[in-house]
Amino acid sequence: MSLDPATVKRIAQLARIRVTDDQVAPLQSQLNGILGWIEQLQEVNVDGVAPLTGAADMALRMREDRVTDGGIAEKVLANAPDRAGEFFAVPKVVE
Amino acid sequence: MTSSLTELSIAAASEALRARKFSARELTQAHVDAIAALDSQLNAFITQTPELALAGADQADAALSRGDAGKLAGIPLGIKDLFCTTGVRTTAASRILGHFVPPYESTVTANLLRDGAVFLGKTNLDEFAMGSSNESSAFGPVTNPWSPPGKALVPGGSSGGSAAAVSAGLAMGATGTDTGGSIRQPASLCGIAGMKPTYGRCSRYGVVAFASSLDHPGPFGRSVADCATLLGSMAGFDPKDSTSADRAVPDFAAACARGVKGLRIGVPREYRQDGMAQEIDALWEQGLAWLRDAGATVVDVSLPHTKYGLAAYYIVAPAEASSNLARYDGVRFGLRGQTNGDLDDLYELTRAEGFGEEVQRRILIGTYVLSAGYYDAYYTRAQKVRALILRDFTEAFGQVDALLTPTTPNAAFAQGEKVDDPVTMYLNDVFTVPADLAGIPAMSVPAGLDGAGLPLGLQVMGRPFDEETVFAVGAAIEKSAGFTARPRLRAGV
Amino acid sequence: MSYTVAGAEGEWEIVCGLEVHAQVTSQAKLFSGASTEFGAEPNSQVSFVDAGFPGMLPVINAECVAQAVRTGLGLDAQINLVSKFDRKNYFYADLPQGYQISQLYHPIVGAGHVEIEVEGETRRIGVTRLHLEQDAGKSLHDQDPSRSFIDLNRSGVALMEIVSEPDIRSPEEAGAYLRKLRSILRYLGTCDGNMEEGSMRADVNVSVRKHGEPFRTRCEVKNVNSIRYVMHAVEVEARRQVDVWESGGEVRQETRLYDNVRGETRSMRSKENAHDYRYFPDPDLLPLVLEEAWVAELKTHLPELPDAKRARFVSQYGLSPYDAAVLVAEQATAVFFESVAHGRDAKAAANWVMGDLFGALNRTGRTIEDSPVSAAALGEMLDLMADNTINGRIAKDVFEAMVETGDMPGAIVEARGLRQVTDTGAIDAAIEAVIAANGDKVEQYRGGKEKLFGFFVGQVMKAMAGKGNPALVNEALKTRLAA
Repeated sequence: MSLDPATVKRIAQLARIRVTDDQVAPLQSQLNGILGWIEQLQEVNVDGVAPLTGAADMALRMREDRVTDGGIAEKVLANAPDRAGEFFAVPKVVE
Repeated sequence: MTSSLTELSIAAASEALRARKFSARELTQAHVDAIAALDSQLNAFITQTPELALAGADQADAALSRGDAGKLAGIPLGIKDLFCTTGVRTTAASRILGHFVPPYESTVTANLLRDGAVFLGKTNLDEFAMGSSNESSAFGPVTNPWSPPGKALVPGGSSGGSAAAVSAGLAMGATGTDTGGSIRQPASLCGIAGMKPTYGRCSRYGVVAFASSLDHPGPFGRSVADCATLLGSMAGFDPKDSTSADRAVPDFAAACARGVKGLRIGVPREYRQDGMAQEIDALWEQGLAWLRDAGATVVDVSLPHTKYGLAAYYIVAPAEASSNLARYDGVRFGLRGQTNGDLDDLYELTRAEGFGEEVQRRILIGTYVLSAGYYDAYYTRAQKVRALILRDFTEAFGQVDALLTPTTPNAAFAQGEKVDDPVTMYLNDVFTVPADLAGIPAMSVPAGLDGAGLPLGLQVMGRPFDEETVFAVGAAIEKSAGFTARPRLRAGV
Repeated sequence: MSYTVAGAEGEWEIVCGLEVHAQVTSQAKLFSGASTEFGAEPNSQVSFVDAGFPGMLPVINAECVAQAVRTGLGLDAQINLVSKFDRKNYFYADLPQGYQISQLYHPIVGAGHVEIEVEGETRRIGVTRLHLEQDAGKSLHDQDPSRSFIDLNRSGVALMEIVSEPDIRSPEEAGAYLRKLRSILRYLGTCDGNMEEGSMRADVNVSVRKHGEPFRTRCEVKNVNSIRYVMHAVEVEARRQVDVWESGGEVRQETRLYDNVRGETRSMRSKENAHDYRYFPDPDLLPLVLEEAWVAELKTHLPELPDAKRARFVSQYGLSPYDAAVLVAEQATAVFFESVAHGRDAKAAANWVMGDLFGALNRTGRTIEDSPVSAAALGEMLDLMADNTINGRIAKDVFEAMVETGDMPGAIVEARGLRQVTDTGAIDAAIEAVIAANGDKVEQYRGGKEKLFGFFVGQVMKAMAGKGNPALVNEALKTRLAA
């Protein structure tokens, strides 16, 4: 499986990373280099193997239903690049 | 006096502090001075916090005189700039975090502060911990203290700043994170000890995430015992991390003195690679001989899926990273790209300006392998291979108590040498990645020098939650190796 | 007669499935300790976890899990003892992490069903699955000319997404399904069902087909927030699709928006761009494993649900199925009714609750929870009627006084002297006076115009200010007129 320029652009758009036209070709070759190398996994016989999503061999621990957080609007907003009062602000979104 | 203060072990410093042979302020001042003198050459720190460190030292002195000092009272440490620290800028070595000042403390650093440790500042790393040479930092590369005159070598990565700082005597110990080898590989390249504990042993809360299922916080020290002491403080159950293990923390420092008599040490034949430097192979044999001499039995084992570890890793880690790094969007914190366009313009410009090349590359790979139509071929398959790698280890640990391998396929290399080909750079982690995929404890111990006088480490891997055996084996190697070489660039020289 | 859309080419059948997002009733959010309370100041109920800050990690709320299981049990559904959380990745200003934690591959609840009744016919609508997920924050687009504002108070609130099979065949069935689901959730206490506050929203999947055909392409109408709108959205979207097909076009699979002002659906092109959510298991979370005994324990504490209660009301109280359905729709009404009916004439209780009480609540804009007439008061009033203290006519007045004052009926009857008159002397006197005053009518009655009897009763009651015991008045009047 190798990426064509259109796929590189589509992936970049999905990832919300601006890629200029002159960046596409070098990126394409680097990504294909990595993907080509990853192809070796196709050699492995994985029949009947359950995927391992994490190394922690436990069940999920649950917490009690209590309000223990919040009420820190100022701290939550303190690092915001743009804000309006108690809101975060972004360029207007048109639905 | 000053130079000897920066050469002490944590145990020796703690004892001297308690005996009031010197004050915590003197000890911290010596390290602050060392950073001032050397860091312009090493670039090990992104943010230095001498005032906070000295204030912390004064508190430690007060606690020491009151007699209620914690076990790390007055010990000056470097903190990888991936750990969020309240009120102190945390960058992950990325432009995108800009001047992010977390209003919260990571659990690991909070544990260290609880025990009285002093933080000298935030150490440099590969951007978002993605790299093996510390060259992808937005704050410039770190120079390995072992670099010969006129040539800058890499310290390894991603925790290159921490490793360089500890190696050069700028800090007595440091925190790191290991996702594919980011503690062990730089430890090996900088001639110090570094421990990646079992997944779940150290909380990930407040640690900027790279790949959640692979990120392991852990310590650096100039000795195995120092690592054990630091891990004893950093580790422990944390209800704020769902993957944190609810287990008691053993006395790791005590385990270092256990010896290896009667232990069975496995040698995985798949780690013997074509083209591996002969001196690395020789050091490995030497390590096995030391363990045999100390009373251990050496056994050949097979980890047949080892060679696929790296490829599986370069699917799983970027996949998780592509999602973990989606939050850097210029809305709530960090850098925001300048645009008069719409929200998507803001996202795309923010992330193009904010992320470096390697991070962008991994986000794109991760996005691709998770995208519709490719998920099973890449991600699901990689997680199946991951299951096979864990199975290999489980079977091996049915026969042996620990495994010994080289930490890296090579010693420190020159800056710029491997940046053009991502895959060549990735190959640095070939020996360290499997332990991350399986979540098992593994450490690198400095064991010798190569022909160029550069340090080489050996890696000890153990069963899940059996860090004690790993420390015991590591300490035995350290003792036999008698590694006393120090880097050219170091405090007080 | 099943519902169809009439087209130029004949009749079209509607195929509809609903995805209902129901906010889980809990104190704190699904993965953080911030409050879920509605209507707080912007960003005041936000933790660093909810705002997607670096290094923040999710920890699941046990009560949200229990609520999902209770709901699953209430839908007679399979409870999956092992379920998993996945990340749904997309960028949006009110999605701080850049992904929503959801359950795509292994939901907590599997197949179940909801029974609905439309035009006297009972149908079973399949529930495909129920899963837990996080809500997003809120974007405000109308506060500033050039910017949108983001409030993350809702970010991380637990939602249950309840997905139905495409079993719904008409707008009425869609409405009945939603009402029934809402009723079940409210009985269970797992969602308050408050659509105005956004506690329940629906995505409506609609396609049309001719009789006997396989499914055609469907469209998804997003985020419809009232039962009435859902019904209307089904209707207009089906109509639109019939028109598209019949004009030779093809319905495109897409996401559409319901415009309740214009009463139409329209394409949401903004959602079309990136439909690749890159789901994968959330590595910050582990499999959610439930103990069978824990599920069984939750089951023993489930309340009696609307269907069971309705059946019991029919058999235990002899109510009609229709009346029983009205009384069980809201649990509070059912409780009120049973409290009034206990040890009394249940049909009378049902009539008073559904008639005068509902009327009074409607008029005063109150709910049964804050009814001015308590169940105890209404019960006491029925007792006063049963023991002949008041008659039915006076009871109406007493009830109005109860609504107005909130006083108990006994006190009202005493204070206003409304006790009915059973003294035959007083009744006879009133009858004599009426007969004396209406000689002509008495003649007519005796001449065979028996319909006039009602007139005499009315006159006598009027003379007695309505307080005469109707049975005694009737009997005495009949005897006197026959004489």
